[in-house]
Amino acid sequence: MVPNLFAIFFGAILINNFVLTRFLGICPFLGVSKKIETAVGMSLAVIFVMTVASLATWGIQTYLLMPFNMLYLRTISFILVIAVLVQFVEMVMLKATPTLYQALGVYLPLITTNCAVLGVTLLNLNENYTLVQSLMHGFAGGVGFGLAIVVFAGIRERLDFAPIPKALEGFPIALIVAGLLSIAFSGFQGLL
Amino acid sequence: MRSLRVFSRGLVDENPVFRLLLGMCPTLAVSTAAINGLGMGLAAAAVLVASNILISLLRSVIPDKIRIPCYIVVIATFVTMVDLLMAAFVPDLHAVLGIFIPLIVVNCIVLQRAEAFASKNTVFMSAVDGIGMGLGFTVALMILASIREVIGSGTFFGISVLPLAFEPMKLMVSPPGAFISLGLIIGLINYLKNRREAERGA
Repeated sequence: MVPNLFAIFFGAILINNFVLTRFLGICPFLGVSKKIETAVGMSLAVIFVMTVASLATWGIQTYLLMPFNMLYLRTISFILVIAVLVQFVEMVMLKATPTLYQALGVYLPLITTNCAVLGVTLLNLNENYTLVQSLMHGFAGGVGFGLAIVVFAGIRERLDFAPIPKALEGFPIALIVAGLLSIAFSGFQGLL
Repeated sequence: MRSLRVFSRGLVDENPVFRLLLGMCPTLAVSTAAINGLGMGLAAAAVLVASNILISLLRSVIPDKIRIPCYIVVIATFVTMVDLLMAAFVPDLHAVLGIFIPLIVVNCIVLQRAEAFASKNTVFMSAVDGIGMGLGFTVALMILASIREVIGSGTFFGISVLPLAFEPMKLMVSPPGAFISLGLIIGLINYLKNRREAERGA
């Protein structure tokens, strides 16, 4: 049990990194990575939502969809749960921790359409993970997303001072940098 | 006349992948072979056309405040239909595309068209817009996937096209190749556009 969780944790962060290897959550990865502070805020929110979404969808899948044989409704039910969850997290944060809410404000609603969140819940379902495994996978997936986006934001801050060919400015150079980062992460391939 | 302009806009000027940079996740993930690109593009196009039509039909019924959840439910319904149809008729392709078919739900292109176009225009125009955007997405995926397949595996639609002496570049079909080749394609488009504008200005 413990080594298995260990494998899920490091697998989701380093080997099958959600952004760089699985290609989930590319939009926020490219959109919110101009500054390290916003990248950190975004990743904290994503880690939280992905963990809670894993928990909530595991419950729905085990107690609602499986017993009534309605697994084909998973896409609709999961996306609704995630949308409600994000709204709920937003309201709780506004009451409980206004400072954190202020810091994350803009990025919270965007998480609904972050495919890393829906992706992790569907992957949990495909892999038949137990509750603990799902939670670990959701949490580690969020951490992996955070690691990639923070490292990427660090590189992009330096990129502002680099001489770049005019045609490659903006998104093209960002994509090429992401490619090089992805090559670096592929070095973890044989880790487990 | 106007419908023609709406149609061609999605293909060229507002190409969702190369110009608007929407729907990047499936673009990067499934473009390892031309056939995958074609399948993914057509699946997304079907969802786009169907949801554009239905949302346009319902545009006076849906209350403004909860429009986004309504759109998401409509889109998720069509995605589930496409998912089940593909599992039944093209199981091999369905297995390769994997979770990226259900993930069409959170593809920014579909929601963006619903919000920006279908909610304000007639049913016919919305259908035309859906077809244009869907084809633009498919063409972009095909271009990226063809380049990656030819250089990365030396084949095109599974048929060997390069001489045996050519050593396929494995990097191109692995994840880093997706980022780098898309970056270079967009760079090339920017370069051509800048040059054309400079010529026009001079």
